[in-house]
Amino acid sequence: MKALPRLAILLFLLALAAALVRAVLDLPPPAVDLPAAVAANLGKSGVEHPVTAVLLNFRGYDTLLEVAVLLIALLGVVAVARPTPQHQAKDDANPVLQTLARLLAPLLVLAAGYLLWAGGHRPGGAFQAAALLAGAVVLLRLAGLLPAWPRPHWVLRLGVVLGLFVFLGVAALGQGALLTYPPELAGALILLIEAGLTLSLGLILAGLFLAFAAHREAS
Amino acid sequence: MTPGLLYALAGVALFVLGLGAMLLPGPVLRRILGFNVMGSGAFLVLVGLAQRAGGVDPVPQAMVLTGIVVALAATALALALARRQEQADD
Repeated sequence: MKALPRLAILLFLLALAAALVRAVLDLPPPAVDLPAAVAANLGKSGVEHPVTAVLLNFRGYDTLLEVAVLLIALLGVVAVARPTPQHQAKDDANPVLQTLARLLAPLLVLAAGYLLWAGGHRPGGAFQAAALLAGAVVLLRLAGLLPAWPRPHWVLRLGVVLGLFVFLGVAALGQGALLTYPPELAGALILLIEAGLTLSLGLILAGLFLAFAAHREAS
Repeated sequence: MTPGLLYALAGVALFVLGLGAMLLPGPVLRRILGFNVMGSGAFLVLVGLAQRAGGVDPVPQAMVLTGIVVALAATALALALARRQEQADD
């Protein structure tokens, strides 16, 4: 009895693959030349790298809402994680790993700062920097140097929402429409937003792991 | 067949594979992984199609960068829910 739905699913997948391949091959070239539009307006965006310009200027809404989505996901993870009374770091942690983590964590923070700055003119930016920061926190946690996050301290909570509030504040200050930066200030404003986002996204991404770690200890 | 088109077709293959892992009966973890593979396929289609004629389009790249981070958060939430369900079943 169970073989029939499996076969039906496989046939459906094959048909879907054929249809998608056909669609990809037959797709006409785009009617709007977006790369040219980005290149033409890059000078007004305040940054020199097109991807950063799209992320934080031309399509700033996407990024703003993305940060909100991340916050909601973190709230969800914290909400389903079961609270436990004790969250001390493990005593029996490996000393080699701890030493390595202590050496690597500052280097990761340094690299994150570089990536944040590099985002203005070459590949890099807030997301990549935040991923490095989160990686540093996860490394410290795995080495047993950081406690998990059953109930985040208010400073941590503030850090988590800071990026979104900075972004919203800059968006609200825009003249006319939301997220319209004055061209002469655009570069500084984007760097301000990116700095806030790096901190908050790093904390959110790390929090997704640390709240989850608390979750595991609870079992 | 430009490299961009090849990436897009590989993205289609990943999407269908991930969808298969989600639809076929199996453990929850495999479905979550399948969901991730599906997402990666969609990202590959977006970026690949945009540069099939040669030349890089920054708009889909920025969208995919946004999408990767959202997919990561969704995965974390899915894992937390799966873990909670497992604890409830015990």
